[in-house]
Amino acid sequence: MDALYRDYILEHYKNPRNFGELEPHDLEFHDHNPLCGDELGVHIRVEDGKVADLRFNGQGCAISQAAASITSDELIGMPVDRVEDLDADWVIDQLGIDISPTRRKCALLSLKVMRGATTGDASWPD
Amino acid sequence: MGAVTTRALVDVRADFPVLQREFDGKPVVFLDSAATSQKPVQVIDAMSAYYRTSNSNVHRGVYALAREATELFEGARERVAAFAGTAPTTTIFTGNASGAINLVAYAWGRTNLEPGDEVVVTHMEHHSNIVPWQLVCAERGARLRYLSISETGELSLDEIEDVLAGGRVKLVAVAHVSNVLGTLNPVEEIAARARAAGAVTLVDGAQAMPQMPVDVDRLGVDFYAWTAHKALGPTGIGVLHGRRELLEAMPPFIAGGHMISRVDLESSSWNELPWKFEAGTSPIAEAVGLGAAVDYLQAVGMERVRAHERDLTAYALERLAEVEDIRIFGPLDAEHRGGVVSFAIEGIHAHDIAEICDREAVCIRAGHHCAQPLMRTLGVAATARASFHVYNSREDVDTLVSALHSARKVFEL
Repeated sequence: MDALYRDYILEHYKNPRNFGELEPHDLEFHDHNPLCGDELGVHIRVEDGKVADLRFNGQGCAISQAAASITSDELIGMPVDRVEDLDADWVIDQLGIDISPTRRKCALLSLKVMRGATTGDASWPD
Repeated sequence: MGAVTTRALVDVRADFPVLQREFDGKPVVFLDSAATSQKPVQVIDAMSAYYRTSNSNVHRGVYALAREATELFEGARERVAAFAGTAPTTTIFTGNASGAINLVAYAWGRTNLEPGDEVVVTHMEHHSNIVPWQLVCAERGARLRYLSISETGELSLDEIEDVLAGGRVKLVAVAHVSNVLGTLNPVEEIAARARAAGAVTLVDGAQAMPQMPVDVDRLGVDFYAWTAHKALGPTGIGVLHGRRELLEAMPPFIAGGHMISRVDLESSSWNELPWKFEAGTSPIAEAVGLGAAVDYLQAVGMERVRAHERDLTAYALERLAEVEDIRIFGPLDAEHRGGVVSFAIEGIHAHDIAEICDREAVCIRAGHHCAQPLMRTLGVAATARASFHVYNSREDVDTLVSALHSARKVFEL
């Protein structure tokens, strides 16, 4: 099996969970990875201070898209104010593959837009 | 079709030390020369010899070492100008091609653009031939207009005539060869039409000068910008060729040492061309390296370099078309393009294509190639791009194509 492009990574890339638009939504954010042209946005509906539902949208490489898909189910139901406590290791653990320095930005893009949507801070993780 | 092995039009690979490297036992296949070229040992040695035997500052010293450095530096300028088909006095050394374009945008643009004037660029420009014009147009109240491109990535001379007919265009800025599409633009015809309409022309030759014979004077363009590091030379030095009357009328861009004739407390007067535009200590070793690079290219012969690029491009267009679900951007005919081929494969993002190519030690570029407006025109977020220079061979293209087949396998397509 391929060490990077594992079957579940490709499965999430080809059939991403929680992708598309969410209307109406309470929070949204969009960002891109200028290195390779990945683009990712998120719509979030908030109920009782929790992420009631979310949708990612955009286009990008297998790693960025799979990271968004794999983490999306974990994010749904999470208190909104907990999102900013999530870090790079949380995403990479969920991906379950070794991420080289050149692919790190791809892997972290979905958490970057989640943090942007929930805190307004677009600077993470730089 | 299988691999076709023919005798290379140019066989110079042994001159390039980096190309002797292997990664995981696989010889490197360098297909990213549109980003930067590799350097032949002749260039590396010339720069090393300069530092070992002749280093000193230029133009100012009276001692023998300074005279020698000055002769090497100005001698390089003379060879670079001859290589480009123009005069050394109108050949200005800058930091890179962006530096050359910024020089024109600021020194020419600030004194020649008025509110309501138009600057015309194209949808296939590199950011370095867009952003300087955005800034100077905003500053001067001028309007920045874009020429469209066809489905095969070509400009329309009719559209250029229509835009010029409006009578407000002061400058047309266009790439000689597109760094993404490979399109070889008809800059001589564009310059003639612009001149007839009273507009000046700036050509971004970063991709063209390294790979084809270019005679700047014969093209009839007013400004021509290019950079050494894509032409087998070092980083840190670019070139601006300009029409003498325009350069003489322009104020300096960067101010400092060496660009002055006389400095008084309140004002100064400027040095002659080209030094008026070369403030501060110049990239001396880099000029020596660029001189060695143009010597090298001329020894190979620019007609042969062009024939080699055309052969590889035609071969790449043919072999890439074998890959299923591939989309190749730009003109279909290698006659109308330089040695760069961008493509996308349905179901695999460009970044993943490049990652899998890297496993075969094949170096290609993935991304927007500093041409985000063009990516939006093409309707893609990113492309993969292979680009060639004298040291590449048809076998390199074969290795690329086989890596692309592997990529489709990895992605279970």
